[in-house]
Amino acid sequence: MKMTPKTATLLVLAALIALTPFFFPSGYYYRVGALLFVNGIAVTGMVILTGYAGQISLGHAGFAGIGAYACALAPVHWGLHPALAVILGAAISAILAFLVGRPILRLKGYYLGVATLGLGILVAMVLNNERQLTGGPDGMAVPELGLRALLKGWGLTLSNGEFWYFFCGLVLLVGAWLALNLYASPTGRALRALHGSEVAARTVGIDVARLKLQAFVISAVYASVSGSLLALQNKFVTPDVAGFMHSIEMVTMAVLGGVGSVLGAIFGAGILTLLPQVLTVFAEYEQMVLGLVMVLVMIFLREGLLPSVLRKFRGKDE
Amino acid sequence: MSDLLSIEGLGITFGGLKAVHDVSFRVRPGEIVSVIGPNGAGKTTLFNMISGVYRPGAGRVVLEGDDVTGMEPHLLARRGMSRTFQNLQIFPSMTALENAVTGYHLQERGPVLADLLGLPGARARARRAEEGARALLARVGLERAAERAAGNLSYGSLKRLEIARALALEPKVLLLDEPAAGCNAVETEEIDHLIAEVAASGVAILLVEHDMKMVMRISNHIVVLDHGEKIAEGDPATVSRNPAVIAAYLGVEEGQDHAHG
Repeated sequence: MKMTPKTATLLVLAALIALTPFFFPSGYYYRVGALLFVNGIAVTGMVILTGYAGQISLGHAGFAGIGAYACALAPVHWGLHPALAVILGAAISAILAFLVGRPILRLKGYYLGVATLGLGILVAMVLNNERQLTGGPDGMAVPELGLRALLKGWGLTLSNGEFWYFFCGLVLLVGAWLALNLYASPTGRALRALHGSEVAARTVGIDVARLKLQAFVISAVYASVSGSLLALQNKFVTPDVAGFMHSIEMVTMAVLGGVGSVLGAIFGAGILTLLPQVLTVFAEYEQMVLGLVMVLVMIFLREGLLPSVLRKFRGKDE
Repeated sequence: MSDLLSIEGLGITFGGLKAVHDVSFRVRPGEIVSVIGPNGAGKTTLFNMISGVYRPGAGRVVLEGDDVTGMEPHLLARRGMSRTFQNLQIFPSMTALENAVTGYHLQERGPVLADLLGLPGARARARRAEEGARALLARVGLERAAERAAGNLSYGSLKRLEIARALALEPKVLLLDEPAAGCNAVETEEIDHLIAEVAASGVAILLVEHDMKMVMRISNHIVVLDHGEKIAEGDPATVSRNPAVIAAYLGVEEGQDHAHG
């Protein structure tokens, strides 16, 4: 039987996660890999919102902030287990996305961009200003997840770096699996339809407002979980996680890699996580080179790196 | 009541201009009613009001006895109205099959969580939609184009793809906005047969078309618009002899020439 694109994508991803550590020169790279996966989770959410449904958000770091601070605050203030705090953060993000999404998603194009931008900035401002609760710009400590100790009890000993690498890798796999399920499902097809033509989508009975909202809520949960995992592995969180730059990063990663495909977007997350590590040889010109790479990709490979490269390989048969 | 769709005094104004004014007519199940008229007569505007894309400024749209005036298109779709567009509204990045599959949205949609988790029920819904879509593509002669990106198909194929997608809804009333525009003679004839076949199955068809031969051939009833107003209606033979219709089509200048001569 021919392998479906879904199975192929998941196999490639699983193989990369499992095999890359054999080439790590030092334990430090587990840390880089875990960061890559955390970004990959947020970016997979962007694929659903932007790649499938064609809606833009410049404020999704706000949801990452909610996820991150849920893990910092809920265990301290309400004695909630950090794992439950991840779920609490995701639930709060989903509810906020639901409430704000309804009025905001009526807007199109750059109006939607600016409105979501405002949403992200609002969350970041609350986190910055509620000093008694969040510690303000200085940030605050985040308790241990405790899963590593649990695994140790079962006889599986992992270093901190290894644990977060494989744990985030696993969550990314689950996230990719869900996104790929959605792609071929009736909901996913309806999302892609409204992306193609809203007026035609309506006439086949698609409730465009409701579907956009669903995509917005789902992607908010992805961003929230990504923020939670970032906070838990850093054991520290600052309002930067909800900042404008982080929102822009999410969009840039997705678009650079190819926002239409899950693997492409994760690839983009990989490039933008790894490139700064590589570009340190350019010292103070690092940011400049990074910017130049992005400009060139957008000029010459507009579909994103991975889809464009794959097309070259397959030739022009399509 | 035997009328499936009843248009009652429908009108709309754009910036002071009466785009459509006081248009009324009825469509019964299995009947093909054509709306004709010169360019700019308000045919597409009328379609957009009936299908909920525009909210009418005056009048009512009654579907199976219910007032559905200004109802959102996706709600009209649930009530059995489906349409195609003059300037093609397909989903270009999806394959032909996927385009047709979207027509099954109402029948096969389900909880988003089931779709995310890829539950067996969700997969079965997706599969049923695909099977239905494949059968429809075969019906409009596009089975070999199923896996091709819709954006790469020829204009005539896209016209048929749009009809297939609209048929997937199993509509009670089907609005076709220039289904044969840009098609060659063979393609036009195919579309012709398809429309007649769909009508024969009991679907009420409302048609806007420029190809007069086609209109005269397949219509049971013709409504003629000029400058947004209904100037005539009746069966093809009556309408083609109507002096007002001939004047509207030949234009005022011709009429003046006749007056001088």
